[in-house]
Amino acid sequence: MLANLGYGAVLITAILAIYGTVAAVQGARRNNPALVYSARNAMLLTFPLLSLASVALVILLVTGRFEVSFVSEVTSRAMPTYLKATAWWGGQAGSLLFWAWLMSAFTSAVTLRNWERDREFLPWVIAVGMVTLGFFLFLILAFENPFERLWALPTGQVEAHLFAPRGATLFTPQDGNGLNPLLRHPGMILHPPLLYLGYVSFVIPFAFAIAALITGRTDDRWIRITRRWALWAWLFLSLGLIFGGRWAYDVLGWGGYWGWDPVEIAAFMPWLTGTAFLHSVMIQEKRGMLKHWNMILIITTYALVIFGTFLTRSGVLSSVHAFAQSGIGPSFFTFIGLTFLISMSLLFWRWNALKARNQMTSLLSREALFLLNNLVFMGILVICFWGVIFPLISELVTGQKVTVGPPFYERATAPLFAGMLFLMGIAPLSAWRHSTAKTLGRAMWKPFIVSLIAPIAAFIGGIRLWAALFSFWLAAFVAAVTLYEFWRGARARSRRAGESLPLALVRLAGRNRRRYGGYVIHLGVVLMAVGIIGIEVFQTETQATIPQGGEITLGDYTMRYDSLALFDTPDNRNVARAVVSVYKNGQYVGELHPRRDFFYDFQQPMTIPGVRSTWEEDFYVLLVDWMPVTTEGATFKVYHNPLVNWVWFGGLVFIFGTLVAAWPEKDPEDVAVRRSGAAHARAYGD
Amino acid sequence: MKRWFWMLPLLAAAALVFGVVTAQAQIGTPHEPTDDEVNAVASQLYCPVCENIPLDVCGTQACAQWRELIREQLAQGWTEEAIKAYFAEQYGDRVLAEPPRRGLNWLVYVLPPLLILGGGVVLAQAFRSWRTAAEDAEEPPPATIDDEYAARLEEELKKR
Repeated sequence: MLANLGYGAVLITAILAIYGTVAAVQGARRNNPALVYSARNAMLLTFPLLSLASVALVILLVTGRFEVSFVSEVTSRAMPTYLKATAWWGGQAGSLLFWAWLMSAFTSAVTLRNWERDREFLPWVIAVGMVTLGFFLFLILAFENPFERLWALPTGQVEAHLFAPRGATLFTPQDGNGLNPLLRHPGMILHPPLLYLGYVSFVIPFAFAIAALITGRTDDRWIRITRRWALWAWLFLSLGLIFGGRWAYDVLGWGGYWGWDPVEIAAFMPWLTGTAFLHSVMIQEKRGMLKHWNMILIITTYALVIFGTFLTRSGVLSSVHAFAQSGIGPSFFTFIGLTFLISMSLLFWRWNALKARNQMTSLLSREALFLLNNLVFMGILVICFWGVIFPLISELVTGQKVTVGPPFYERATAPLFAGMLFLMGIAPLSAWRHSTAKTLGRAMWKPFIVSLIAPIAAFIGGIRLWAALFSFWLAAFVAAVTLYEFWRGARARSRRAGESLPLALVRLAGRNRRRYGGYVIHLGVVLMAVGIIGIEVFQTETQATIPQGGEITLGDYTMRYDSLALFDTPDNRNVARAVVSVYKNGQYVGELHPRRDFFYDFQQPMTIPGVRSTWEEDFYVLLVDWMPVTTEGATFKVYHNPLVNWVWFGGLVFIFGTLVAAWPEKDPEDVAVRRSGAAHARAYGD
Repeated sequence: MKRWFWMLPLLAAAALVFGVVTAQAQIGTPHEPTDDEVNAVASQLYCPVCENIPLDVCGTQACAQWRELIREQLAQGWTEEAIKAYFAEQYGDRVLAEPPRRGLNWLVYVLPPLLILGGGVVLAQAFRSWRTAAEDAEEPPPATIDDEYAARLEEELKKR
């Protein structure tokens, strides 16, 4: 009953999506407000309907209705309720429904919020939203239906179908398979919804961009409407990436947080174009330039958002043959191709109307430096995209699978990341329109001198690697410039307004949250960069098999293997838990408990490190192996990860900065629009 | 002087023997490789059966056996390159962390720098055309620091 209800809701929403698209397009083309209004209502209906479907699915999951194929795939009796509920996005079919539900929520929100003030855009925004939503609903209905039930056929086989095949009886397994143990971690519970939130939020700026192209509004109206959406989208994507990294560090047991895996890169690519977009739109807002480029960036971001979902959902990464066998891969491929082609055609159609009203006058102006920053982001994107795509091309052309792994990405992107940091250092000091080497030099020399302290201190501290010294200088330079900008702005305001310095700083930041939020984000990036340099350049590791009481030494640390306990838990795990004592420079600093949990259901082990975390470093111990009978000897892998916690702290600063920049403020336009809204609304008959 | 000559071949022979013996001690003497030596090679290889998991951290039984194989090969005096070549031969190029530099694989290494360079050229040309177009326009006053900085800041805040 619940399954049928959920399915019915999805089916009706799909029909509404088709109707809404047609009505919105026809209404806009024929200038028929009633039709547009009807499309809007169809749009607004999708959210409650998909909420109904989602609630139905969550109830099925939580109550353990294992006759539903998806429920038995991703939950089991032993799982706690919160994990059963979050299994909604733990499998493919559920996560597609989750995507569609978010899409309907966001498109409804934007329709309600912007109905009064941007009505010329909205038919097209609704159309784009409905097309995207319709595509995901099509995938659910055609390939990945979370409401299918298991049926025992007269032949004895069990198959998943929505309705009973002839002669079949409903089959209810005693228990489900349960969620993959690796996914039962807070980081992994939050990671997919955050990424999806980011993905879906980026559809909104794209929809407005398309609306602007179709309606011929070639000013920066669409950017002003959607800049906060883009920032929130970017925030969610960033959060998704950070949580994903933390999950990898805690659960995957390889001492790192980023492995340049194609699935990670799939989420990173729209973040790259999104970051370029956030910088580049400022040039359009301030100088009326780069209108084409901003369109290209948002169209690419949309394509990459769908591509990211495609990469993780189509099976194409395991093999191009898996891609060809399932219908979902070609559908994604066709959708991405079609939407990209149509969007680019629209852009070329409006190419001349988007000509800039200003010219770039100085190579050192802020807009010129922002453009260089865009080139850097695009460069990293090209490397990532090509690295992900090439194994597929190789398999198609030569039949030989290849791996494009971390050495390639690290070597190729390192100079670009360094360039990005350098630009982050000089761009805030340059002026819009015009800067000369002289003015830039005069603004830069103080932070430059201060920044030299970092490499000198590192050199005195014994670091001789020039790459590390240079990277530390770069990070210090960006930090010095950013802090100097805060101080310079606050001092200027304090002089003019006669305010105290702290008050001037708060008021200044409050008046332009985007600018100063952006600077806080830069500080977050610097902190993260310091952590990344620490682990990339100075990480050390060792592995050894030692008897009880034996020791392993790594740098200043020594660990002693004290004991090992083996036991079963009620949730079907066999746990091997070691107790090790940790000494730093001979001083006892604590006890760690590296474990390996073996999940009987999945026949899969999970390695959970024992970690001693400080600002300076992590001492990260993994239990690799042990002698099962005697418990006398065990193999440990030990990592020394210098500065790694700066990555997480930097992440927090980064998120704080984005919140500062994206937090809604009282919009003077809102007041004006509300006043004129009533008159406008009468014209549309609502 | 002549009395020295007869010693030369002897010295040469002694040097040769010494060299061979020390070289033997360095590469030929079987020794038990440490876990770190095994991992140093395994980290450059990918699990032949899993998706994108380096061999040194892969938890499957198959990978544990492959690591043991690397240990045996190291014990027999195989070089790192020889072990990697063996794995590539047995399980295909996908076990290598990077595509070997030959044939179609060159595209991996060549295309991104070319595209980035192309982007740079396009950008440089755009800059040139912008500057040419802007030459006719009135030259804006150069921005200076501090006092004018405050005015500019105010102006920018107004424009946001």
